[in-house]
Order: sequence, then C-alpha cells, then structure tokens
Amino acid sequence: MQLDDLYREVIMDHYTHPRNKGMISPEALTVELKNPTCGDEITLQLLVEDDRVKDVRFEGTGCSISMASASMMSEAVKGKSVAEAKQISEEFRKLMKGQEADPDLLGDLESLGGVSRFPARIKCATLAWNALDRTTEQAL
Amino acid sequence: MDRTLVRRDFPILDQMVNGKPLVYLDSAATSQKPRQVLEAVDRFYREANANVHRGVHTLGTRATDAYEGARAKVAAFIHAKSEAQIVFTRGTTEGLNMVAHGYLRPRLKPGDEIVITEMEHHSNLIPWQQAALASGATLKYIPLQADGTIDLQDVEATITDKTKLVAMVHVSNVLGTINPVKEVAAIAHKHGAVMVVDGAQSVPHMPVDVQDLGCDFLAFSGHKMMGPTGVGVLYGTREALEAMEPVHFGGEMIETVELYASTWKEVPYRFEGGTPIIAGAVGLAAAIDYLQAFGMSHVHEIDFALTKYAMDRLDRIDEVTIYGPRAERGGLVTFNLADIHPHDVATVLDSEGVAIRAGHHCAQPLMRWLQVGSTARASFYVYNTEADVDALVAALVKTKEFFSHAIG
Repeated sequence: MQLDDLYREVIMDHYTHPRNKGMISPEALTVELKNPTCGDEITLQLLVEDDRVKDVRFEGTGCSISMASASMMSEAVKGKSVAEAKQISEEFRKLMKGQEADPDLLGDLESLGGVSRFPARIKCATLAWNALDRTTEQAL
Repeated sequence: MDRTLVRRDFPILDQMVNGKPLVYLDSAATSQKPRQVLEAVDRFYREANANVHRGVHTLGTRATDAYEGARAKVAAFIHAKSEAQIVFTRGTTEGLNMVAHGYLRPRLKPGDEIVITEMEHHSNLIPWQQAALASGATLKYIPLQADGTIDLQDVEATITDKTKLVAMVHVSNVLGTINPVKEVAAIAHKHGAVMVVDGAQSVPHMPVDVQDLGCDFLAFSGHKMMGPTGVGVLYGTREALEAMEPVHFGGEMIETVELYASTWKEVPYRFEGGTPIIAGAVGLAAAIDYLQAFGMSHVHEIDFALTKYAMDRLDRIDEVTIYGPRAERGGLVTFNLADIHPHDVATVLDSEGVAIRAGHHCAQPLMRWLQVGSTARASFYVYNTEADVDALVAALVKTKEFFSHAIG
C-alpha cells in the first residue's frame, strides 16, 4: 500500500486550496448530504441555465479526500451540459471501482484513481458525487 | 503475568498488515478473541450442537446445559442474584431497545421525563428519544463538565418526580469517563425512576457488580469482551423484568398459544423468542473464563496503565489534542492531530500497521459538544503492550510529517 498513490499532489492542492467554495444563492439547486458513518458533510449548489451547469459551489467539512474530490468535481462539471455532468459522474464511479474509465472525460480526476485501492476511503471520495447526482436529477 | 504469553492466545494479532506487524488499538469497537473462545465455539458445534429446551435427545440436553451454564456464568460474573435475571440478546443495542419498547413505552405518558446525558452512544440515546417523541414525554439531558464528567448536583437538579427512567453510559466510549452510576441510581430511585446502565465499555474492562450499583437494567455486548459477535446480555432486577413486556414473539417464549391470545413463559425465557444465540452464549462463557483468570480489577489496571502511558506520550506531540478526563478512566484515548482529519490520520496509521478508530464513534451529540466533526480513538485491552503505544506514537509522528510534506 503506497500512501503517495492516495495523497497525490493534485489532490492535496485541491484540499488546501479548494475551488468553487461557497454558496451561489438561496435559489440555486441545493443538496445537503452527510456521510453517516463518519460525519462528513457537504452542501452543493448548482446553477443550471439552458441545460448547462453555469455555476457550481460547495461548502462542507471532511477529510482531504472528500473535500478534494468535491473541489475537483466542481471544476470538472462547471460549464458542462447536465448530460455531460452525468456522464462524468458515471465515469468517476468506474474509476472508484478500479474499472477502466474514459481519461478524456476524467482529466485531472484520474488522480483520484488511487482511492479504489483504499476501500475504506471510497465513500469519502464519492460523497460530493452523490450530491451532484441528486442535483442533476433535480435539474431535469 | 507475562504479557507476551497473553499475546500468544490471540492468533489474529500475529500477522503483518501492509508490510508491518499489526498493532490492534480498536478494542472498544470490538475486541479480539483468544483461541480458548474460538475452540469453545468450535467444540460446541462439533460435539454438542442441537436446539435447546426442546430436544429429548442427548445432544439437546448437552446444548441446553451449555446454554444455561453460560447464563449462570454471566450471572455470577456481574454478581446478579439469580441466573433468571440474565436475558441473552444480540448485543447492547438490542438490550436497550428491549427496555425502551417492552418496559418504558407501555407506561410512558405525556409530561413524564426521561433523563440521559450528552455523552451517550446513539444506542443509549435514540431508543429514549423515540419513546419520548411517541408518547409526548420529555427527554432531558444532564450537562457535561468541561472535562467530560458529570456533576452529581446537576444530576440532582435534572431528575424530578416526573422522571420515569434514567439511562446512562457506565464508561464513555469517547471520553473514557467512568460515570458514578451507583450514586445516580440512588438519586433515580429516590424519585421512583428506574436506572438503566449501558455497560458496553465497562463490563469488558472492570469489575461490575449489579447489586452494588443498584441499577434496574444493565446491557452489554459479548464481542467487546473477547466473546463472539451477535451475543449480548440484558440484566434486570426480578421486579423490572417481570414488569417488562416481551418484544420478540414466536417459538420458545410461549406457555400456551390460543387462536386469539397467548401466555408467556417465565422470565427470562419470555424475552428469548426464536432459537437463541446458543453458540454465541457458549463463546461468551469461555470469554468470561478467560477474563476471570486475569481478574477484572487486574484487567482495569492494565487498561488504565496503558491509557496513562498513551496520554503521557501523546502529550509530547504538540499537535495532539486529547479529549476527556485525565483521572481514572476507561482504557481508551480519543484525540485529534492538529487539523488533519481523523480519516486521513487513520489511513496513514493503517499503512504503518496501526489500527485505530476514526469518526464520530456513534456519538454525534457528543461530537457537537466537543465542537469537532470527528476524532481518532485508540483503545486498549490486556493483549496490548507499551510497545503498541510506542508504535502508535511513532506512526502519528510520521503522519504529521507526511501531511506537512504533502500539504507543503
């Protein structure tokens, strides 16, 4: 087990300098999720216009993996269509299962692939994505 | 007693994890099992397995003797007056829920009060919270002192003549606090309330005498005291058990069944509907034998000595915050390492072979009281040594360095 596989530089960068942190407005699509086993929390907001993710922001508390994953997710889906955002989420799930996933769709997210070798931490990485799936469901 | 010999009784401890020798510091979540327990369960299945209380055949008698022998052993272990006061359950959670559903709910009225503390595990909080919500009763909390203890003056002020039930953890699974349940029981009784004790972290680690404590109910789990998972105990006074309704209806617990009404067997059998946890009880009896060979006072001394040693060593790391009282306490230490999330701490420790717990420890209200999202916890048992604590401390130093490097 190599710790460096998990705590990649790009992940620690997102953890210490999270992108898209904050809230958009009370009117934006909002989903609050908790990880009941560890107490990690995320509130995700999505602003969807013309079927596009115009803005995405989050607030939350959690470990480096959960917060970095949220930050990286926000960058990955911002500006994408809702359908594309869903597709990225599907690819990310494959990555977490250690399955082959589309590197073009994932981009930087591929660096989270090491999480699949730490089964106890997969739920940390997927918290923000579960929140995303709930918001995109609402967007339809 | 030579502790390296003790370790030989626990085959699971003799293995490498992630290329490092396993250092198991999560016994408060579940303890490891000595080979004496594994062999007792194995022997039961090989030589005596049958259903209990019904077989006329020889194996049926052997199994019944083993199961009822376990009940007598548990009764003696916690100093119950009689083995009829021992109900086998799946664990602490089930025992507490049986009291909430079978004893409390049928007699709880709007305006009645239930008193608990803010340091309760969810399993000693939600059953009472839900009973209060269902009946219009009030749930009241005894506040915590800054060091994570309770003050008997607060107990006096919180319990009133409206209080029907007081429930309290004996040893906190987060703070390690040993609560004065004997004194609290006396106050509860003065007001006509029953006293329920969550013994999940006390019965495995220190002498517990239910008659001396004066509690009406006490629940604990087998798996935290070297027994198998899936078996636990609910102790009750004769009077309290007679006043409790069964919550699991079915085979084994009945006297007569008519089409539209039934009557129950005597206590404790009326609470053990269905085929009971026979092999689990046999394993628990073997665990009690193992613990009694140490003596429970000695178990407590070993656990507390390790805890003191751990707190002393952890204090030397500036970035470590320790929670809970410093005085005599249960065999665990809960802490945080700077602002590194406990999950990240636990992952790095695991890479060093050190197994600890990270999270909210099923005590979310207590986490809010501590003003943290989660914590790390190392917990000890007689198979641990100071070398295990040294390994923990070395791994924490490594964690600190790893993250200061990774964050840059």
